[in-house]
Amino acid sequence: MTAVQAGPVLGEPVLEVSKLCIDYGLPEDGGVRAVTDVTFTLRRGEVLGLAGESGSGKSTLAYAIPRLLRAPGVITGGDVIFHQRPVGGGPSQAVDMLTADAETLANIRWVDLSMVFQSAMHALNPVARIEGQLTDVLRRHRPGWSPAQRKERAVELLQMVGISADRLRAFPHELSGGMRQRVMIAMALALEPALVIMDEPTTALDVVTQREIIEELMELRERLGFAVIFITHDLSLLLELADTIAIMYAGRLVEMATATELVRAPRHPYSQGLLNSFPALHGAKKRMVGIPGAPPSLRAMPAGCKFHPRCVHAGESCLSVEPRLARPNGSFSARTVACTLQDGSRPTPAELALPDPAETAPSRFRTPAAAVPAPSDPNQNLTVGDLS
Amino acid sequence: MPLLIRRIGFYLIAAYAAITLDFFIPRMLPGNALSAILTQMRGVVTPAQLASMAAEYGADDKQSLLSQYFTYVGHTLSGNFGLSLSHQETPVSTVLGGDLPWTIGLIGSATVVAFLLGTLIGIMAGWRRGGLLDAIVPVSTFFQAIPYFVLGLLLLIIFGSDLAWFPIGGGYDTTNRYVTYVQGWNWPYMSSVLQHLVLPGTTVVLASIAGWIVGMRNMMITTMDEDYVLVAAAKGLSRFRVIGIAARNAILPTISNFTLSISLVVTGAVLVEVVFDYPGIGNEMFNAITAADYPLLQGILLVVTFAVLIANFLADLAYVVLDPRSRREA
Amino acid sequence: MTSTLPTETMTGGSPATPAAPARRRRRHYPIKVQVGAGITLFFILIAIFGPELAPHSAAWVANTTNGTPQPPSGSNWLGTDNTQHDLYSALLLGARSTLLISFVAGAFATVLSVAMGVTSGYVGGVTDEVMSIITNIFLALPGLLILMVILKPLPPGDQNNSLVIGFVVALSSWAYGARALRAQTLTLRDQDYVVSARVIGERKRRIVIYEILPNLLPIVAASFIFTVIYGMGVYVALCYLGVVSPASGSWGTLLQTAQASGAIEANQWWWYLPPALCIALVGIGLALLNFGIDEIINPRIRSSRSKRRDVKFQLGLTPVVRPATSTVVEGEQL
Repeated sequence: MTAVQAGPVLGEPVLEVSKLCIDYGLPEDGGVRAVTDVTFTLRRGEVLGLAGESGSGKSTLAYAIPRLLRAPGVITGGDVIFHQRPVGGGPSQAVDMLTADAETLANIRWVDLSMVFQSAMHALNPVARIEGQLTDVLRRHRPGWSPAQRKERAVELLQMVGISADRLRAFPHELSGGMRQRVMIAMALALEPALVIMDEPTTALDVVTQREIIEELMELRERLGFAVIFITHDLSLLLELADTIAIMYAGRLVEMATATELVRAPRHPYSQGLLNSFPALHGAKKRMVGIPGAPPSLRAMPAGCKFHPRCVHAGESCLSVEPRLARPNGSFSARTVACTLQDGSRPTPAELALPDPAETAPSRFRTPAAAVPAPSDPNQNLTVGDLS
Repeated sequence: MPLLIRRIGFYLIAAYAAITLDFFIPRMLPGNALSAILTQMRGVVTPAQLASMAAEYGADDKQSLLSQYFTYVGHTLSGNFGLSLSHQETPVSTVLGGDLPWTIGLIGSATVVAFLLGTLIGIMAGWRRGGLLDAIVPVSTFFQAIPYFVLGLLLLIIFGSDLAWFPIGGGYDTTNRYVTYVQGWNWPYMSSVLQHLVLPGTTVVLASIAGWIVGMRNMMITTMDEDYVLVAAAKGLSRFRVIGIAARNAILPTISNFTLSISLVVTGAVLVEVVFDYPGIGNEMFNAITAADYPLLQGILLVVTFAVLIANFLADLAYVVLDPRSRREA
Repeated sequence: MTSTLPTETMTGGSPATPAAPARRRRRHYPIKVQVGAGITLFFILIAIFGPELAPHSAAWVANTTNGTPQPPSGSNWLGTDNTQHDLYSALLLGARSTLLISFVAGAFATVLSVAMGVTSGYVGGVTDEVMSIITNIFLALPGLLILMVILKPLPPGDQNNSLVIGFVVALSSWAYGARALRAQTLTLRDQDYVVSARVIGERKRRIVIYEILPNLLPIVAASFIFTVIYGMGVYVALCYLGVVSPASGSWGTLLQTAQASGAIEANQWWWYLPPALCIALVGIGLALLNFGIDEIINPRIRSSRSKRRDVKFQLGLTPVVRPATSTVVEGEQL
C-alpha cells in the first residue's frame, strides 16, 4: 500500500450533489427514471469529467443541476447544494437549488453558474448580434454599468478567446463554427462564474479546432480559476484535461477517480471497456475490443447491476444486487466504484486490480487517506467536514 | 438583397401575367355574349366609343390580336381602364378611386388588429402550454373554418338585425333623416364611419385571426425547443425577455406564411363587403358582374391583383428586415 | 378561411427525451379528430342519401297562392320559402351539390398540387424555377375574383357539371399545397434513404412513388382537407353571389335567394340560418380533422395536459417532485 500524499491546498466545495434522482415524466403520466442516486462533490477550480455513452444520463444530470432540464424532466429525489460566494466577499452561502425560487435561481445563473452548450449554431440567437448576446447578461446582472462599460467588457471577452473586436456587430451565421464556439465560451465567462457546465462543447467541431479550443479553455481556467463539469462521450479527451472523471452508465455513477488512476488502474469493467475502445498512439498494436451489446432502454432496465448483461465478469450476485458506489477494497485514495468485484465478495480479475498509481504531481484535491471512509461505509459523501 | 431582387422580379412577372389574363377575359366569352354586351351598350355610348370598344374587345377584325394586346397594355400602364358601362360612362379609374379607400380602410384596419391580437394571443398560448389558453385553439379553428361571408351573415343577423347594436349596411349613415353627413375629416362623419366599420371589420378579424393565433402558437412551441431560448433562461434573464427572444424568432415563419394568405384575406374581405353592402371594391365587383360591366371588371381585377402583389412585397420587405440570415449573399 | 398548412419545423437541441410514453402504442386518436371525423361523415351521409331522405322533391310547393315564407310546422320541418318550396327538402338536396363539388375541387386540387409540388421539388433545376413561378402566380392572384368573372357567362348546362366547376375551383386552391409539398420534397430528397436509392440506380419514378410519396401522406391529407374547406367556401360564395346557379340548388343558392327576398330583415330565420349553420358545421368538422392531422405530423404541438395540476413545467424551472414513498421500482413504469 502506497501512502497517498496529502495535497497542499484543499479546495472548498462549490457543488454538492447527493442521491439525485431524475425522471422523465410524472409517475402518473407513465414516467421513467433517467438518473438514479448520483452523488459527488465538486470543489472550487476542479475539473470534473462526466463520461458515458449516449443516453447514459450525463446531459440530463448536467442540465438538472441548475434546474434547466426541459419538460418532461422532473427531479424526484436527492439534494443539490450550491455554495455561492457573495459579491462583497465573505464566507460562501449554501443554496439549496431544488427548493430555490425563480428569483434566487436567476441571481445565481450566469453570475455563479453558467453553461456552454454543444452546438453553438443552435445556442446563439440567430437574429441578434454578438454584442447584444454578450452584453444582455451584463445588463441583467450588473445594472449599474453604463453602455460603454458593457461594450468594453464585451470587447475584452472576445479578445480573451482570440476574436477581434470588429466581430461585435456580426450575426452568428456570419462566423465560422470554431468562432461561434469561442463566442459561447466567452459568453459563459462574462461574469466570471465559479462553475461552468460544458455539454460536449467540442463534439461538433473538427479535431484541429477541438484541440485549439480545449487548450484555450484550460488556459482560461488556470487564469480565472473556475470549476468545470465537462460532459463528453470522448474519454480520451477527459484523460488529459480532467482532474476527476466520473463514469456514468444507465443513469448511475459507476466509477469516480482521478484521471491518472482511471487510465492506469480502472476498477469497473465498463471503464475498462471504454478505455479499451480507443487505440493508443504509441506502443504495440493491440486488438481492439469494444463492449458487446447496447445500453439498456430506460423502460426495460435489468435487475441488479445495470451493466451485468454486457459484463464479461458478471457473477451470480450481479443479477440481483445493485452495487453501491464505494471505495474499492484495499484502496486508500478517494476513488469510488460500484461493482461487486471490488468489494471483497468476489475475487478481482487482474486487469481490474492494478495498483493505484503514485501521484507524481500533487493534486489539489487529494484528501488525506485517513478521512476517506472504509468500504464498510459505502454511502458516505466526502465533505469538508470529514477532514480533521 | 438578392432575395428581394428575386422577389421583385417575380412580382413583375406576376403583374404581367395578370395584365395578360385580363386582356383575354372578354375574349374568352362565348361569341354571342360579347355581341350581346355591345348591343346593350348601343344606346349608352356614342358610336365612336362603341367602335373603339369593339376594337378593344376584338369584336372587329381591323386590328390583329397582337396589336390589340399592345394597345391594351399601353392603356393599362397609363391608367386608362376604359369607361364603366354601369356608371354612365364614368371612367373606370374614377369609379375605382372612390371605392378603393373604403376597401383599404376595411382590410387594412382588420389586418392590423388581427395581426397584433393574433400574435399576442398566439405567443401566450405557445408559452403557457397545457394551460387554459390551449382551449383557444379549437375556438379559433371554429372561426377559421366558416367561410368569411357566412360569418359575416351570422354577425349581421345577431348584432345588426336582432340586437340592433350596429348598423346593418353601408359605409356610413346615409338614411338618417335628421343629420346629413358630409364626407371629410369631421367627427360626426368619422364616428359614423367607425360605427359602420365594426361589423364588417370584426368579421374579417375573426375569420383571419385564427391563422395568426394558431400559426404563432405552433411556431412558439417549436422555437422554444431551440437551445438559444434555454440559454436565455440559463442566463437568468427575466421571463419577459426570454419570451421576447423566442417570439422574435417565431414570428419569422409566421410572416412568410402571411404572404400566402394575403390573397385569401382580400377575397374574403371582398365577400364581406357584399354582405354588408359596404361601398368598397368588393361590392362594386358584385354589381359589375350582375350588370356584365366588363371594363369595370377588368379594372377591378387588375387593381386587386396589384394590391395583393404590393402587400406581398411589403411582407417580404418586413421579412428581410427582421431576419438577418436572409440578407446573406447567395 | 386560412387554415394552417404544415410549415417547416426546426430541430431542437439539449438532452434527447426518450420515446413517448406507452400511451401511444395504441393508435389513439385525439378527441378533435374523432369529433371532426364524426361531423364530416354525418354530412357526407346526408349528401349521399339526401335526395332519398327529403320528404318532397325540389319542384313541390305547398300551395301556389301564398307569397310569404311560412315558419316551421309539422308538415314542413324547416318551413317554406316565398314560393312555398319545402326548405327541409331543399336543405337535404342542396347538401349533395355543395359537398360533391367541394370534394371534387379538393381532389383535383390535391392531384395538381402533388404533381406540381413533388415534381418541382424532386427534379429541381429549370423545371423547378418555372413551376415555382407558376405556383407563385396562382398564389398571388385573387382566385375567387377571377373565378367570378370567368364563370358568370358560362352557359347553364356547364353550371351543373360538377366536374367542370370543381376543376375550376381547384385551380384557385392547388397552389398552397404545392408549395408545402415542394418544401417537404426538398427535405426528403436529401434524406439518406433517398440518396442511397438514387445511388443504387433506382429510376426516378420508382423513387418518387415508393420512397417519397409515403412520407408525404400526412401533408397530402392535410392539404386535401384544406382544399375541400376552401373549395366549399369558394363554391358557396359563387352561389351566394349568383355567379353560379345549379339547377339542383345548393346551400349557397339558398342563402342567395334568402337575402334577395329580404329574409334577413323579415327575420325569417328558418330560411337563412339552417344553410349557414350547415356550412359552418361542415367547415368545423373538416377543420378539426385538419388540425388533428397537423398534430400527428408534428407531435410537439399537441396540447399536453398532465394529470397532476400542481406541477408546472416551465422553461428554466425544472420541477422537483418527491414521491410519497421512497421505494424505487426498477425496470417498470413508476
